Amino acid sequence: MTNRQAFIRGMKAGVPIALGYFAVSFSLGIAAKAVGLTPFQGFLASLLNSASAGEYALFSLIGAGASLVELVFVTIVANGRYLLMSCALGQKFPEDTPLIHRFGVGFYITDEIFSLSITTPGKLNPFINYGAIAVAVPAWSVGTALGIVAGNILPANIVSALSVALYGMFIACFVPPAKANKILLCAIPVCFLLSYLAFRMPYIGDLSEGTRAVILTVVIATVLAIAFPIKDEDGEVEV
Amino acid sequence: MSAYIYIIGMCVITAAIRILPLLILRRPIKNRFLRSFFYYVPYVTLSVMTFPAIVNATDSPLAGALALVAGIALAWIGANMITVSAACCLVVFIAELIV
Repeated sequence: MTNRQAFIRGMKAGVPIALGYFAVSFSLGIAAKAVGLTPFQGFLASLLNSASAGEYALFSLIGAGASLVELVFVTIVANGRYLLMSCALGQKFPEDTPLIHRFGVGFYITDEIFSLSITTPGKLNPFINYGAIAVAVPAWSVGTALGIVAGNILPANIVSALSVALYGMFIACFVPPAKANKILLCAIPVCFLLSYLAFRMPYIGDLSEGTRAVILTVVIATVLAIAFPIKDEDGEVEV
Repeated sequence: MSAYIYIIGMCVITAAIRILPLLILRRPIKNRFLRSFFYYVPYVTLSVMTFPAIVNATDSPLAGALALVAGIALAWIGANMITVSAACCLVVFIAELIV
C-alpha cells in the first residue's frame, strides 16, 4: 500500500468518525458557550485537544476559574487512557518510524482514530491516521464552533440518534476480531458486565468515564494476559 | 486566567500523554505478558467504553440498547464501519419515534 492509498483509505474510514464527531462536538460547543467561550476559542480547544471528556472537563474548569494544578490533575484523569492506547499503538509502528510520524500520529490519538489504526491489519502506516485526521478533526473543531454559534439548532431527536454513531464505530472494531478469536468472544460480554457493575458501584461509579475505562482496561487486560497469553501467530503485536 | 492558558495547558499535557509512549517504547516488546496485555488493551477499552455508555447516550435507554444489538448483529455478518455506525443512528431515530 502506498502512502497515497493509505491516506485515501484513512479518509474513507474518517467519514463515519467525522459524522459522529460533528454531533458530539456540537453539544460540546453548547457547553463551551455556557462558560462564555467564543467560537474561535471553542474551535481552537477542539483542534488542539480532540478529546470529548477532556474538553468537557476543560470547559467546566474555565467556568470555575480553576487553578493550573487542578488543570494538570483533571487532564491526567480525563485523558490518561491515551497513555495506554499510545503504548499499544507504538507496537504497531515499524521500529524505524521517524520522529515526525511519532509526533503526528501521537498528537491525534483519539478513541476513534486509535480504534481505526489498531484494528488495521499489519504494521501501521501513519498516512492512514493522517487521512482519518484530515476528515475527522476539522469536523470536530468546526462542530464545536458551530455549537457555540448556533446552540440548539438541531432537533433533540437528531442529536440523540447521532450520539450513538461513535459507539457504532467501536462495535464495528471489536466484533470482527471477536468472531475470529474465542477468547475475545467470551471476554467482551464479561467486559460489558464489569463495565456496567463499575458504573453502578459506589465510588467507582462516580469517577469520570475515562478513568473507569483505564481502571477496567488495566485489570481486565492483565487477567486476560496472564490467563490467555497470546501465541506468536495471534500477534497483532508481532515481534 | 485567560481561557487560552487553559486550552494550551491541556493541549501540552494531553500531547505529552499521547506522544511520550511512542517516543520511549521504540523497540518491539519481547516480554510475553506485556505483548499479551497490549494485544488485549484495545478490545477491552473499546468494549468497556461502549457499554453501558451507549444505553446512557440516547434519550431513551431502550433505543440505545436496540442500537447495540443491531450494531453487533451487523458487524457480525460483516457490515463495514460506516454501515454499522449509520444503522445504529437509524435504529435510535426510529425507536425514539415509536417509544
